[in-house]
Amino acid sequence: MVLSEFAGVSMPDWIDALLRVVFIVALMTINAFALIYLERKILARLQARVGPTRTGPIGTLQSIADALKLVTKEDVRPITADRWAFELAPYMAFVPVFLVFVPIPFTETWFIRDLNLGLLYVFGVLGLNIVGVVMAAWGSDNKYALLGGVRAAAQAISYEIPMLLIIVAVVMVAAGRLAVDGDASMAGSINAIVGDQTTTPYILLQPLGFVIFMIGALAELHRPPFDMPIAESEVVGGYFVEYSGMRWGLFFLAEYTALFLMVMLASSIFLGGWNWPFGADVGLGLQIVLTLVKTSVMIVLVIGSRALFPRLRIDQLMAFSWKVLLPFAIVQVIANGIILAYGGADWVVGLVSFALLAALFGLIYQLMRQRKGEGARTVSTTPATPRVITAPDVTPVEAGGD
Amino acid sequence: MVQRTFEGEVLTEPVVVEREFETVDMNINIGPQHPATHGVFRMVLTVDGEIVKDAIPYIGYMHRGGEKLSENLDYRGALGYQDRTDYLAAFNSEWVYVNAVERLAGVEIPERAEYVRLILAEFNRLLSHFMFMGAFGTDVGYFGTAFTWTFKERERIQDLFEAVCGDRIMYNYFRVGGLAWDPHETFVEDSHWVLDQVETGIGDVDELMTDNEVFVARCRDVGVMSAEDAISFGVTGPMLRASGVPFDLRVDEPYSIYDRFHWEIPVGERGDVYDRYLVRLEEMRQSVTILRQALDQMPTSGPIMPERMPARLRPEPGEIYMRQENPRGEYGIYMVSDGTDQPWRVKMRSPCFHNLSSLKPQVIGGYLADAVVALGSIDIVLCEVDR
Repeated sequence: MVLSEFAGVSMPDWIDALLRVVFIVALMTINAFALIYLERKILARLQARVGPTRTGPIGTLQSIADALKLVTKEDVRPITADRWAFELAPYMAFVPVFLVFVPIPFTETWFIRDLNLGLLYVFGVLGLNIVGVVMAAWGSDNKYALLGGVRAAAQAISYEIPMLLIIVAVVMVAAGRLAVDGDASMAGSINAIVGDQTTTPYILLQPLGFVIFMIGALAELHRPPFDMPIAESEVVGGYFVEYSGMRWGLFFLAEYTALFLMVMLASSIFLGGWNWPFGADVGLGLQIVLTLVKTSVMIVLVIGSRALFPRLRIDQLMAFSWKVLLPFAIVQVIANGIILAYGGADWVVGLVSFALLAALFGLIYQLMRQRKGEGARTVSTTPATPRVITAPDVTPVEAGGD
Repeated sequence: MVQRTFEGEVLTEPVVVEREFETVDMNINIGPQHPATHGVFRMVLTVDGEIVKDAIPYIGYMHRGGEKLSENLDYRGALGYQDRTDYLAAFNSEWVYVNAVERLAGVEIPERAEYVRLILAEFNRLLSHFMFMGAFGTDVGYFGTAFTWTFKERERIQDLFEAVCGDRIMYNYFRVGGLAWDPHETFVEDSHWVLDQVETGIGDVDELMTDNEVFVARCRDVGVMSAEDAISFGVTGPMLRASGVPFDLRVDEPYSIYDRFHWEIPVGERGDVYDRYLVRLEEMRQSVTILRQALDQMPTSGPIMPERMPARLRPEPGEIYMRQENPRGEYGIYMVSDGTDQPWRVKMRSPCFHNLSSLKPQVIGGYLADAVVALGSIDIVLCEVDR
């Protein structure tokens, strides 16, 4: 019981839980402010700009100013909007993201509750997020919003499946390891998985899993190159195009909280969270620093991807999930099953996963080579000397316009 | 088994109605206020989910009657309207206009003025193509990176233009017969310095976009247009060359002093969006080559206007069609003189109008996102389409 440890008082469990929930909600709100500022600054650096500079020292109060603006702004609801769907949608998108924080460990003892099916809970609750998005899309009575919402739903379904299969593969490995020196029935608990990574982070055992998880996370977060639900140049912002004021702010809060959440999850499951590389004995302070350092590095990578990738098309996105990621995830699960059933060592598991990862990258590279075609990079040039051009036989084509 | 309804009627066999799952097509408005339309272009797409089934483009939101206005002004007074047609390549449009008037009136222009015009026009081509790279990058989905990177170099070129003529967009610097005034003293050195920056900028764009897997995936085999179709639509400029036709007015109908330089014409193979991007990228490199040669050859001093120019320009009755290679294609001025000091008729042939007309067959059958990319690859300037 963390708070009683700190305050030196004993309190009923429900008060303790409530305090922890309040703590998480407050932390995530501040965190969203910090992330928005960080994103603006990092993107600015990558794009030869300076980012916010005017509000507070080097623009640090920009997010607060934005929040104040959003709160005081008029909350506009289109007259043809479906009232309840429109007004409830932000909460439906926002509450599940916060609920997911229940089993996520910040340190060995800092979490709301340690659930032994924590991973299942995380993905179960996170899946509800999309309900809010679809409600917003449908309730807005806007075609751009509808397209964006349907894209978001299709994308969420496609990418949750490979992610979940990868989680299954991870839990298989964790169960095998925990059976040796722990309780294998806790293999679904995130804290137990982190606790198992004292010497070996799971990224070494399941590198393919890490890559697929991060790709899936980018897709879940609508981050480039998977940001077509909110594509500015196609659907003008997507499902929240009709929102203004604080309702729009709630979508934003949910988005940045989800970013932090996904990165926390990835760093807990694959990078050893508070545990690796210093072990469990270093104390709360260093553990939380370790968690935050890992998440920060990954957040910077995720934000940087926004500056350096254009966006895929919706069919390419779906094809990539169903035709590439899903088969690899299934093969990973089967391979883990076979190796663990025959009592294979950890290094075998890692090696097979590495081989699969190499195959995945090779396949992507090969597909790209095919698409580009031979010598596509250079266009042929002809010397600029005067000459006579003969036009080929031209058959008129139906002209555009009406 | 005998089936009965509630009324006791006997049904011989259950009725099965077979029909396909029906979906309703949706009309979606891209523009006139949409982030991807580069101005006030409107396109009504009929989409079945994400597939575009029909596209109806609407233009005319920017129509200002520039042709008619030019007919009510002195030959030299209408020059400002040329800046406001293709505002991304204003020097090129001005150049076509003054060239047309000069040929109509039979004015000889000094060599130094010719060089300065060519240099400024080629710089303007670079400026325009940088703008294309930025805007197209945004269409494909770079969150502003392409835009800000290309604008860095655009700023340098615009600084140079500002030093030369005092304005950054609407120059109004060419005159019938030459130039308004001499460029500043360090024009050649400044230009060389800007060219160094521009070469770096072209390399940056190349590294950011050309080999990016997602970029290639989005652009390859999108908006394909065959050479026959391109010619049939009257498409010109980089779009035509991307379709495989090595047609460049700087070579095929030489004007000014382009025959003094050595450079090459990039030509695409497939005629898709990616080829258009590559052709423009290579064209920028070739422009740099032309500029370096021109800056070296340019006379360091000399007149910039003919010694004697008539106070009122009254060309002999006649007509002329002057066309030149603008960044977007063939920009033409058709001008009829009736012997007075105002043109009887001015017609502007804008490349974007014809290029834009080829949009419909490119987008039908593709995805909604492809329609945006295909539109971006045309590199339209709506002021020029509507005039």
